[in-house]
Amino acid sequence: MINEHEILETMEMFSNQHLDIRTITMGISLMDCADGDITRSCDKIYDKICRYAGRLVEVGEEISRKYNIPIIHKRISVTPISIVAAACGATDYTPFAQTLDRAAKACGVNFIGGFSALVHKGYTTADKNLIESIPEALAVTDFVCSSVNLASTRTGINMDAVRDMGRIIKATAERTKDTGALGCAKLVVFANAPEDNPFMAGAFLGPGEPECVINVGISGPGVVKHALEKVKGQDLGVVAETIKKAAFKITRVGELVANEASARLGVPFGIIDLSLAPTPAVGDSVARLLEEFGLEECGTWGTTAALAMLNDAVKKGGIMASSSVGGLSGAFIPVSEDEGMIAAAKTGGLKLEKLEAMTCVCSVGLDMIAVPGDTTASTISGIIADEMALGTFNNKTTAVRIIPVPGKGVGDEVEFGGLLGTAPIMAVNNKSCEDFINRGGRIPAPIHSFKN
Amino acid sequence: MKEDKNTAVLTVLGTDRVGIIAGVANLLMEYDINIINISQTIMDDIFTMIMLVELGNVELEKSDLSDKLKVLGEELGVKITIQHTGLFNAMHRI
Repeated sequence: MINEHEILETMEMFSNQHLDIRTITMGISLMDCADGDITRSCDKIYDKICRYAGRLVEVGEEISRKYNIPIIHKRISVTPISIVAAACGATDYTPFAQTLDRAAKACGVNFIGGFSALVHKGYTTADKNLIESIPEALAVTDFVCSSVNLASTRTGINMDAVRDMGRIIKATAERTKDTGALGCAKLVVFANAPEDNPFMAGAFLGPGEPECVINVGISGPGVVKHALEKVKGQDLGVVAETIKKAAFKITRVGELVANEASARLGVPFGIIDLSLAPTPAVGDSVARLLEEFGLEECGTWGTTAALAMLNDAVKKGGIMASSSVGGLSGAFIPVSEDEGMIAAAKTGGLKLEKLEAMTCVCSVGLDMIAVPGDTTASTISGIIADEMALGTFNNKTTAVRIIPVPGKGVGDEVEFGGLLGTAPIMAVNNKSCEDFINRGGRIPAPIHSFKN
Repeated sequence: MKEDKNTAVLTVLGTDRVGIIAGVANLLMEYDINIINISQTIMDDIFTMIMLVELGNVELEKSDLSDKLKVLGEELGVKITIQHTGLFNAMHRI
């Protein structure tokens, strides 16, 4: 029998602390949709997505109703399109993105991820075609997200791709400048990209994944912050315990929803990703959560240590709660999507360099960061290279989602609306790294022993 | 995580007044739902009533019961929520 305290605690989490199921993401393999004719291939893709995901939104709403819990997004991830499109003979892959967009709209989901390529060791011709198609593909679609894996701990960093992505990000910004370079908010580059991540913009269904799978992303910075408020002034061992317990409960909700969705849709359940994913809403901020540790403002000294502990405790609580934890599972620190991060970036207390340090210990990386429109492609590549090195050499996932907003400079702001939020333009060290980036080639994989 | 029983937790939060239990119980009767347990307390000046109910053949996800309870709550000036017990078992039991 459940006691009153537990019932009220649960209700409190959902009503006042913004606990939510962030996304039910259905992964669909498109391997069998490859075809020598691009139109036929696109038709197969559209049909398959609609066939598998047709009931996704309806089932999400049913579960939401049964437990009276918010399920914010229903989304789809697919096999990296560079693999599916390789056989079609065309060089412009924009029609594939348009097909994904149409299918997403037909299914009623709000994002579809997988306009992607995995190039951590080298390019195939199709990978090159896909990457060159990104600016146009993101400009002419609404719901398509794109990601490129540039590096991995086993292979090193593909610096040719790092160089090219700096240029592609600039081109995407330019091509979508009427919407504040919104295209760049739907484009992310990775080191060690997880193949089962349900969160956008980096979701795709990796080649090692099954035919169709349900992955659930769950979030609740507010719940953890609330738990911490109850242990104010106590030592950090108590704080770690408190975070673990909160993470355990949140993960269990995710597992419940994932199992239920999987049974109703007749699709295997893959993973739960417990990530503290902030939204611009007050009370749903990772920065404020870090400040609850005892920091005046997110970005000051101690922020990295607090974040490291937070991220680790979240993972430990999650692992105890479910045997199917995967994806990114940790704390996200997207600037534009986090009310506390926005505030700290505006005062100048939170700088790009500090964010980079924070990405060494949290999941993902430099996320939703707006920089001046005149930042050069090589500087963007330099930022990416540094972030890829952090991931590759520390054996973790890192990512960059950066937005060089045309016509804007430090002190300006860009508004994306909705969950993507508002980003203050952050200052960038503009000393050139062009010669370094132009060398190209590959940074070899790091040594796996002899670590000091 | 097995949840064989089709039971739910119904909570009422707000200011105490005449007719809350009667109103809820009447509505539940229309759906042929059996009340297993009721407890009520005042927590931080807020009237809190928790009911454990047996849903029988009612499937919360397909029924309009949640909506009806919400309307009833508005009439009584309280917040009424119904949630399948599976949620609480998942969160609070190892």
